[in-house]
Amino acid sequence: MDNAHLLATLRERLGTGIIAVGEHRGDLSLTLAPGAYYAAAQYLRDDPDLAYHFLENLCGVDYLGREPRFEVVAHLVSLRHGHRVCLKVGAPEASPRVPSLTPLFPTANYQERETYDLLGIAFDGHPSLTRILMPEDWVGHPQRKDHPLGEEEVAFTFNQDSIYARKPFAKS
Amino acid sequence: MGIEEKAGNLGVVTTSLEYVVNWGRTNAMWPLLFGLACCAIEMMGAQASNYDLSRFGMELNRASPRQADLMIVAGRVSRKMAPVVRRLYDQMPEPKWVVAMGDCAACGGVFNNYAIVQGVDEVVPVDVYVAGCPPRPEALIDGIMLLHQKVMREKISGQKEQPVRLQQPLIQVK
Repeated sequence: MDNAHLLATLRERLGTGIIAVGEHRGDLSLTLAPGAYYAAAQYLRDDPDLAYHFLENLCGVDYLGREPRFEVVAHLVSLRHGHRVCLKVGAPEASPRVPSLTPLFPTANYQERETYDLLGIAFDGHPSLTRILMPEDWVGHPQRKDHPLGEEEVAFTFNQDSIYARKPFAKS
Repeated sequence: MGIEEKAGNLGVVTTSLEYVVNWGRTNAMWPLLFGLACCAIEMMGAQASNYDLSRFGMELNRASPRQADLMIVAGRVSRKMAPVVRRLYDQMPEPKWVVAMGDCAACGGVFNNYAIVQGVDEVVPVDVYVAGCPPRPEALIDGIMLLHQKVMREKISGQKEQPVRLQQPLIQVK
């Protein structure tokens, strides 16, 4: 198993579904069209010569100012062949939707929920896409680059009066 | 046939009810058994044999809020944990006190972000703030001693003191 052979196999299978190909430190990464993402993962998992049975990692990235703004990154590992491949799929800012890999890899369940929770990328076909880390009544997605970093101003002795005047202190 | 025949000659002690009640409260103040982050390690250190918080009648960390008098908020409070902390506080019987241990519990500390409550005083009323990241066991014991002094000044009516705020910076930059 090497990257050239894997790429040739996938090109034959997916055709124009592969938008871009990259290689970093010997690891192949494929940017896929949303339509080819699920099919690629299924093919990589089910083909006996490839046998990428292990979804190592699934996360989202926010490239603010780029279109498509969001990207979902999945790393698949073939334990049988000792090989790793990275799948990327873009999601537009207007309606970030990506097919879910949970039907193929049950471990994708929580990782897709985390990506949805923190970045607001919806996964089509996910069994229960709800928040996992933030409180259920949270508004917004805090890992987006345009989300404010700090929530409250820090109180020092020179500005504590104005801050304490509007700080919601607890009643006993 | 009185108590003096059984207990020996006790003599006569006169004091005020207020003093006796406050004295009783300070010398058996049981903290609630919970820690939120790394400050809890120092809290455990304060209760272990080197620092020995049981000298002050506080060796018992009650695992049930129904039996606890003191809540030591040891660590940062995330916004998801805040309702839980408030519920634990509400379940504690009166009278009850709160020590915000460490910078994170006092004011958010280094975590000025969306996930952390900027001071647990937004959730529960705090009596003593202990500075440090994390505070050493001596600092926590000092804070608890400060709380004991505060409790000794409490009125029998149950009225609590207003919080004391620093009006001048401790370190003056010239």
